Amino acid sequence: MYVIVAGAGKVGVNLTRELLGQGHEVTLIENRRQRYQGIEQLLEHNILYGDASELWVLERAGIERAEMVIAVTGDDEDNILICQVAKEKYGISRIIARVNNPSNRSHFDLLGIKPVVSATELILRLLEHEVPHHKLVHLLDLEEEEIEIIEIRLDEKSPVVGRTVGDLDTPDNTLVISIIRDGRGMVPNATTVFQAGDDILAVLDPQREEELKQIFTPS
Amino acid sequence: MFVLIVGCGRVGSSVARSMLADGHTVSCLDQDPESHARLEVGLDTSWEDSGGQFTVGTALETQALEEAGVAKADAFVAATNGDNTNIVISQIAQRRYEVDTVIARILDPLRAEWYREQGLLTICPTRVAIEMLEDKLRRAADPTSLDAGTAEFADSPPAGGNE
Repeated sequence: MYVIVAGAGKVGVNLTRELLGQGHEVTLIENRRQRYQGIEQLLEHNILYGDASELWVLERAGIERAEMVIAVTGDDEDNILICQVAKEKYGISRIIARVNNPSNRSHFDLLGIKPVVSATELILRLLEHEVPHHKLVHLLDLEEEEIEIIEIRLDEKSPVVGRTVGDLDTPDNTLVISIIRDGRGMVPNATTVFQAGDDILAVLDPQREEELKQIFTPS
Repeated sequence: MFVLIVGCGRVGSSVARSMLADGHTVSCLDQDPESHARLEVGLDTSWEDSGGQFTVGTALETQALEEAGVAKADAFVAATNGDNTNIVISQIAQRRYEVDTVIARILDPLRAEWYREQGLLTICPTRVAIEMLEDKLRRAADPTSLDAGTAEFADSPPAGGNE
């Protein structure tokens, strides 16, 4: 696959190296002269000097035949513009944009730039998983497909403790898929009994989240 | 009308003063607090006493845009020194806040042209400078064709000098 990567920061360079290692053809574009010179030797003909938000630079990189454009510069407006142009002007259907400042996330959404990757958001999410602030943690959100996987911690006050999975009256479009007990995951059956301290994994339609939460947590 | 100008450099501040003098409500947003001084060049009173508004903040911050009054703006001018910033915030003004008139200053002629084709009102000072230079040179090369090219400037903004 031919991939164009915009921005040769640490993310861009490592990504390019990995993609090359996997046998893909990659052009990395960098507009800071010094940075470009610093990695030119490492990447040789796989790096191009120029501003990836200039159309002629993208054309020079061969955007017409690119199958994917990844914008990982340190500027959110540049990443938005590069992806917007790639998608709308050059018809590249596969794009990935990096969000530097999570508060700019809504701008990417507004302009139809997706999927996006935000290291800050990812770390915050991991942090939430490790040190749950709430009893409910999102493990996976597929917004487009309207499905998510959540984790709920049961404490001793949970109304389901002592009851079996089969006893539950769970709403449509929700399913308990796993129970993590004492650090080990298992796939429950109808006779499995919930215990305090269990982490419940459930797959569900995001709209059902509140209903499911009511079932597992004390009101 | 209520005019919001983002980017208070030479262009933004001049347009802001002119619009205020024309009797419009004018609000400026710039990340540099020092740019406020530019608004008062040639004014007898302070910018605020003259009726203007000034907000410090970056253009992509929703909160700053809202504080500067984007929700009630009739016209929005994106005149920061970053083409991509101008392009992105113009689209935000258009799509999220549904501002009637949105104008983006874009220095790069290629980007300006493409976004104009997509329906954005763009001003490209570089394009104007290129056309004026070409015209002057053509006249110098052939003084008999004095009319050449003059007509196409009729609709162009009086730019170039204050860029």
